[in-house]
Amino acid sequence: MMTRRSSAGADRKRRDRMAINQFFFGYFAFVIILTALLVVTRKNPVHSVLWMLVMFFHVAGLYLFLNAEFMAAVQIIVYAGAILVLYVFLIFLLNLKEEIQGEHYVGEWPMGLTLALSVLVVILIPLAGMKVKPFGKWSIAAISKETHTVALGKVLYTGYLFPFEVASIILLVAIVGAVFLARGKSDSPEDE
Amino acid sequence: MQYPDINPVLPEIILIAAALLVLMLELFIKRKETIGFIALIGVGLSMCSMFYVKGVVGQETFGGMFISDGYSAFFKIIFYLNFYLTVLISLKYLKIERALRGEYFGLLMFATAGMMIMASAGDLIVLYLGLELMALSTYILAGFLRHKKKSNEAAVKYFLLGGFSSAILLYGISMIYGLTGTTDIRHLAGLLAGGGIKSSPVLLLSVALFVVAFGYKVAAAPFHMWAPDVYEGAPTSITAFMSVGPKAAGFAVMGRVFLIGLASVRIEWTTILIPVAILTMAVGNIIAISQTNIKRMLAYSSIAHAGYAILGIIAGTQEGMAATMNYMLIYAFMNIGAFAVVIMLKSEGLEGDNLSDYEGLAKTHPVASALMLVFMFSLTGIPPTGGFMGKFYLLMSIVNAGYAWLAVVAVAFSAISAYFYLRVVMYMYMKESKETPVLSVSPAIGLALIITVAMVIAMGILPARFIDFAGAASAAL
Repeated sequence: MMTRRSSAGADRKRRDRMAINQFFFGYFAFVIILTALLVVTRKNPVHSVLWMLVMFFHVAGLYLFLNAEFMAAVQIIVYAGAILVLYVFLIFLLNLKEEIQGEHYVGEWPMGLTLALSVLVVILIPLAGMKVKPFGKWSIAAISKETHTVALGKVLYTGYLFPFEVASIILLVAIVGAVFLARGKSDSPEDE
Repeated sequence: MQYPDINPVLPEIILIAAALLVLMLELFIKRKETIGFIALIGVGLSMCSMFYVKGVVGQETFGGMFISDGYSAFFKIIFYLNFYLTVLISLKYLKIERALRGEYFGLLMFATAGMMIMASAGDLIVLYLGLELMALSTYILAGFLRHKKKSNEAAVKYFLLGGFSSAILLYGISMIYGLTGTTDIRHLAGLLAGGGIKSSPVLLLSVALFVVAFGYKVAAAPFHMWAPDVYEGAPTSITAFMSVGPKAAGFAVMGRVFLIGLASVRIEWTTILIPVAILTMAVGNIIAISQTNIKRMLAYSSIAHAGYAILGIIAGTQEGMAATMNYMLIYAFMNIGAFAVVIMLKSEGLEGDNLSDYEGLAKTHPVASALMLVFMFSLTGIPPTGGFMGKFYLLMSIVNAGYAWLAVVAVAFSAISAYFYLRVVMYMYMKESKETPVLSVSPAIGLALIITVAMVIAMGILPARFIDFAGAASAAL
């Protein structure tokens, strides 16, 4: 049986943990928004990409706080490791000096900003009413019992096997398309 | 360990396997028409397997994620027809454009597979992936003429706006998942019918996001901005392909998501869809009047037809859905038929997509002009063509559902459309030609024209057969 004092102590402990969680969430959310803004406002694409790297790490931090260590690792490996490198390669192909001197925004940007902000408000108002509900089958306890990779593998290769296979076809089409659109001119019949 | 029953997915599996084979054969076979022929056989096998699977084995598999029923079968028939007619009209055209390559057929097959997965999707995740498979293949096909600036522009515009609409769709799905904890469409319907989630503003927001994303796919206003530029710049055969296939696939998923998944919030989505439908008919029909390029004109016409077809969804009844499905089938024939004539005008020296190229065509090429006349009459909705019967059933369903005023609006816009469709006829029959265009005729395109014109007339004379077929198919929903 629990005495009143220890239950009050447990309450305080939970409150403290909530406060810490909220503090860290606030930090990550703030940095993500700030760096995302920096990504789109920097004139130099290299700076944009570096800010994006910071953003990716903070998104991974958010995943950690959701007890999704595997997702956090994948976020860093795939986004920071692979996709960002792809962006850097793309920047190699640009003429940086021209990029920096040119006009950074199109003429209608105030209009676009107004629209984007109004969409944001329209989305935020309903979302404010969202409540936390009981977890489904994969609660944090269930996942830590099975370990992350096992849980993810089970879901991906049983319940979601069909979407998983379709996704593989999508990737194949993307590769075929990239090769087709980018292949050299010399071997194509259109130049015969 | 229990393995999922793969029989219902057999048509898709065969189609994708055939597409992979076609991609590989591109390496070895020099005569590209042969590859096109192999593609036709592969799709034929897939179609046979669909008729074999239907009625023999269970209807759904992968835990209800994939549903193979009469409803999906009807749409799959449209997609197969779309594929066949597109291949028939593109062989000669691609030769003239010097772009006859194996990847063309492979990508067409992948796009068709994506549409089929969309029509059979029982889960929002599967729906999204099918949509993405279709869209990605179509982006590449839109830019297939790599040496043409317009084609590149079309591909990039389509890709950017398509990516945008995918993001919106995913956002809508994520909210539905956050609200109900499921992405299964039928399970979602049960949850919504049961409880207090119905009144949540988040649900309303996700419904709005779904309308935006699907509206983009069927080119409904105000999400139609991409259509004219993409339709004009893409290779004409691909314009024909994507004005029918993705549109029909968009309506297939609209039927499943709105009429099944979100059936209990019908009032909410009809409130959004009615202005969208009216605006779509207005934009399509009114802006089409000022077009001088026939591909752009047909793009706006395609927007307008999406507006008519949405009426069947708004009706929200089985009758309405049957009318929409029937209309998509008719639209496939009349629209690809019209594009087949447009493609014939393209020859070595002539682009053939300006309205002025049609001046006096009746004197030099009476058969082609007569065919174009039938397709234009059908697109306007003049009896005894299929287009008339299709619109008739749509309007009847919307009147029966209690929206008589909406039917009046649709008829008014349909009357406006007569101006720009019949202008093509007027150019062909009543103007003198400046020069004699050479038609690029081939047996394949002749076959496509015979099929389309026969079906347009058959569906106008014997409409009951087709609407009964669509009615039986929509009963499975």
